[in-house]
Amino acid sequence: MIPLSWYLVLSALLFSIGLFGVLARRNAVAILLGIELMLNAVNINLASFWRYGNPAQMGGQVFAIVVFAVAAAEVAVGLALIISIYRRRKTVLAEEIDLMKW
Amino acid sequence: MDASQIIFGLTALLIIFSALRVVTTRNMVHAALWLIVTLLGVTVLYALLQANFLAVVQVVVYVGAIAILFIFAIMLTRREMRDGGPQLNKGWPLAALISLAVFGGLLALLYNAPVSERLAASLEGQDTLGALGQALVSPDAYVLPFEVASVLLLAALIGAVYVALNKKQESDK
Repeated sequence: MIPLSWYLVLSALLFSIGLFGVLARRNAVAILLGIELMLNAVNINLASFWRYGNPAQMGGQVFAIVVFAVAAAEVAVGLALIISIYRRRKTVLAEEIDLMKW
Repeated sequence: MDASQIIFGLTALLIIFSALRVVTTRNMVHAALWLIVTLLGVTVLYALLQANFLAVVQVVVYVGAIAILFIFAIMLTRREMRDGGPQLNKGWPLAALISLAVFGGLLALLYNAPVSERLAASLEGQDTLGALGQALVSPDAYVLPFEVASVLLLAALIGAVYVALNKKQESDK
């Protein structure tokens, strides 16, 4: 049997790796990849708390499904923005997208 | 050590290794392919947790749709990524420090958590898939978040089409 803490430690590690990707990568698409890693870490947490809590209560799985929907929406809008910016400014590097920087 | 622990350990190693490759590899197409490996590893975890529906949705939505979308976006913006410059920005040591601090904080929280050594109860004789379907459409449970999520998805997809539309080409016609 696997204790709950194994899942939680793994998801904490995955979340931290995703956070590093978001903070450190220069490419805007790579930043979105990091966000996907963080969302997956959250989903592991939700699913394991569902399984180790009361499995008759489906809240954990339902929220994981909501996270799937939000991730799909976020990727669609994010990549559309990046492609639109790339068309106008010929760059996907986050530090060069500074139109709104004062 | 029983079989499920060995499977968990191997899957965890695979997930961590491929996630590290996602955030460090130079070639963006390779990063997207490593992301697919990570997502498949998470699918194995869902199967270990007996969350069958989540495992299927993970493959269909994440690997089948989101990862393909990423690969398309990378190919549409490819030229920029062959510049050979550094892939990490100047503040990356600070980013690594923040990530390690977050990980340490989460570990400290887990160390003090009362439930962290709990084992799973048996799912013998329970229809979790049926219960999930009931919970998603039952007015007593989660029908409102379900509907809000579908409206959000519709709005986001229409917004994405509008944002990515090439307006110059449209006006030339």
